[in-house]
Amino acid sequence: MTETTQQTLAATPLQPSLALAGELNIFTAASTKAQLVDAVSQAAEDSDIDIDLSSVSEIDSAGLQLMVMAKRDATRQNKRLRFVRHSEAVVDLIELCDLAGQLGDPVLICPKN
Amino acid sequence: MNLDDALKTFVIESRELLQTMEESLLRLEQTPDDSDLINAIFRAAHTIKGSAGLFGLDGLVAFTHHAENVLDMVRAGDLRITGDLAALLLQVCDHLGLLIDHVDHGEVDDEATHGRTASLTDSLQRFESEGGATPSPSSEAVPAESLSPFVRTGGPGAETDNWHISLRFGRDVLRNGMDPLSFIRYLNTFGKIVAIVTLTDDIPAAEEMDPESCYLGFEISYQTSADKATVEGAFEFVRDDAKVSILPPHSKVVEYFDLIQSLPEEEMLLGEILVRCGTLTRAELDVALKMQANAQVAAQESGEPAPTIGEVLVAQHVVQPAVVSAALQKQQQVKQSRGGEAGLIRVNAEKLDEHINLIGELIIAAAGINLSALKSGLPELQEAAELMNRLVEDVRDSALQLRMVQIGATFNKFQRVVRDVSRELGKDIRLEISGAETELDKTVVEKIGDPLTHLVRNSMDHGIEPQEVRVARGKPAHGTLKLNAYHDSGSIAIEVSDDGGGLNKQKILAKAVERGIVKPDQVLTDNEIHNLIFEAGFSTADQINNLSGRGVGMDVVRRNITDLRGSIEIVSTEGVGSTMRIRLPLTLAIIDGFLVAVGDSSFVIPLELVVECVELSQEEVRAAHGRQQINLRGEVLPFIRLKDLFNINELPSTATAAGLDTGFGTGASLPGAQLPAGTLPAGSAEGLRATRRENIVVVQYAGQRAGLVVDTLQGEYQTVIRPLGAVFNGLQGVSGFTILGSGRVALILDVPGLVRRVAGQESRRSATLQSSRVLALTG
Repeated sequence: MTETTQQTLAATPLQPSLALAGELNIFTAASTKAQLVDAVSQAAEDSDIDIDLSSVSEIDSAGLQLMVMAKRDATRQNKRLRFVRHSEAVVDLIELCDLAGQLGDPVLICPKN
Repeated sequence: MNLDDALKTFVIESRELLQTMEESLLRLEQTPDDSDLINAIFRAAHTIKGSAGLFGLDGLVAFTHHAENVLDMVRAGDLRITGDLAALLLQVCDHLGLLIDHVDHGEVDDEATHGRTASLTDSLQRFESEGGATPSPSSEAVPAESLSPFVRTGGPGAETDNWHISLRFGRDVLRNGMDPLSFIRYLNTFGKIVAIVTLTDDIPAAEEMDPESCYLGFEISYQTSADKATVEGAFEFVRDDAKVSILPPHSKVVEYFDLIQSLPEEEMLLGEILVRCGTLTRAELDVALKMQANAQVAAQESGEPAPTIGEVLVAQHVVQPAVVSAALQKQQQVKQSRGGEAGLIRVNAEKLDEHINLIGELIIAAAGINLSALKSGLPELQEAAELMNRLVEDVRDSALQLRMVQIGATFNKFQRVVRDVSRELGKDIRLEISGAETELDKTVVEKIGDPLTHLVRNSMDHGIEPQEVRVARGKPAHGTLKLNAYHDSGSIAIEVSDDGGGLNKQKILAKAVERGIVKPDQVLTDNEIHNLIFEAGFSTADQINNLSGRGVGMDVVRRNITDLRGSIEIVSTEGVGSTMRIRLPLTLAIIDGFLVAVGDSSFVIPLELVVECVELSQEEVRAAHGRQQINLRGEVLPFIRLKDLFNINELPSTATAAGLDTGFGTGASLPGAQLPAGTLPAGSAEGLRATRRENIVVVQYAGQRAGLVVDTLQGEYQTVIRPLGAVFNGLQGVSGFTILGSGRVALILDVPGLVRRVAGQESRRSATLQSSRVLALTG
């Protein structure tokens, strides 16, 4: 699935996409929000926004809320926002909250060690 | 139901649970790995703790909590039931009983109780630390699957086995340095989140959203074996910053409904969420929604602005008809199974006694009506009186039946006694119970417990030999104690038997002589020697221990049993074992009697003890040569003349006839009824005057027969037993009185006492004969 996602990324190189990295928590919430809002607003209508989460090392409730918010924000503006390449921390959290369905993004579930 | 009533229910239920707990513990000692038993014990402790918590009985909760922890470890397999642990848990059980007694009596626990609580808690904690301080989450979570960990107390409950936790975090949670998700992660350490729905609807649009505020809510279906306090404890730190509702498994649908109502989201959505969590089934949600609709209808009627959303929801609620009917069926089943439980009702014993008293009065009144009917000579009236009599009899029987309880519960208590005592004595003793389903009067059951305990302890201490002695005698190393009960000619017999050494006659006799109870040259039958152990202050034990041997007990046992109009006998064979047999009347209130007359007095003999009635002819009296016995079909039957016994004067013959006229009334309706074959018809007044015949009523008690010589037989008579006043205490041969239909008083004969007296004379005579024969032989 990772490959598919990467292909999508490659196939649509013009779409503005964002890679979030490091901590995605209460301490970075304000800046992350700004990043996400910008990414959504800069994207053209009816376009795809891919947000790369592969380098997110830590995520908490604040981060989670922002993901949901961004998703809604995009939908409201008639854009498609997808989170891709979820890092382990993100997958963990999504599973814990059973939010995969609500977010609706394909998530790669790695076997846990 | 006010709080007092609820508390009473709590006490009753807790006692029942403790009993279950004790029984299970005792069984668990034999089969330490029986998970059903372990679960039963855990559930009992858990339920007590939970209910105690509702009443704010903090001491009880804290104490039970420790027991529960240990039990939880046992359940998880971290701790194994050993003899020590079982003993400790039994003590805990006892102590809980004590604490609950205090609650019942509204007493505050005293110092000693607190001390005991503390020491038991210490012991429990030792086991807790033994079992590993923190049980691993996996072992906690997995067994929950196989359990139905809660006992319902009433009201339809949700089907689910899971807890439902509803969380709404406050806006400032994140700013206060707490992460809502960490609480959810923490839940996973002592249970399993079965389903979770994250509520994100509160998150506002990007412009308005404050990234540092928390907008999240969660509905969680959660499986854990932990208790409510633990689950609540998980949210301890966030209590001020969040709205937390926790519903234990199988909560009532009403409670879910309250939850739905109390949460800010739209009901429809919430209901769906609960269903998605698996917390509620669709049918349960429907019930909740309907309730809501009803509430709104009520609101409308009271003129308040009624939100129609509920009704709309119900209308909109498209459910598969098949699902609904299946759900309804299921609910019906649940209801029916509950109906089975409700088939029993608790009745205050006093009310029951009052009822039986009234029936006693009714029987006396009926006898009066019967008599008048006979006198009136109106056939219709007689017929009606007859019918009423039969019905009254039925009512009496069913009323007495109400008081009958099985003796099994009493017997089962001895499992514990035997276990404790055999440990104390260092003997291996097993208890065998039979006849547990035998029924007897509740009052008798209550009063027989103490004497039985004495007998059981006595048998274990004195009867059953130490292991080495047993092996040396070629017996199995473990002793066996048997409790048995059965019905026997209108009385109930309860036996305590052991396969021990039996009574040592020489030793008893020597001791009796030493204490001056028996003269050295006195000749006693085996039975009389055995009965010596019932003398006050008698003990043959060489050593006194805290169980028995102090010489108090057996005399008290006999007194207790005599107070119940019962008797006790001992059958013992040296080296093989002994049996103590208690005989008790089935009921204490009303009996079927056999009415007889001697001179101008009427007597009632309990019908169950009557074997037959025979004529005592002058020839037979002559043949007896002045001895008080006759030859009845080849057997010697000792008899006693009631006329002599009670010093009744001979009646002038005219008075006899007059007296018979009145006395005969009730008897005449049932002439010679239910008497066995071989019975001679009652002598008619005519014949009596002519030849002065006497009759013998043959009675049997405890295997011994005796004859009671009376003037006339008057037939069956329902007898309401009235106790004699204190003035007549110690009166021999009479156990009570009753009032006849004519208003006259009839004395009830104490047949066991009379039989003992007659048989005692006989056996003493034969013993004297025997010993003189022995003397003759040796000399």
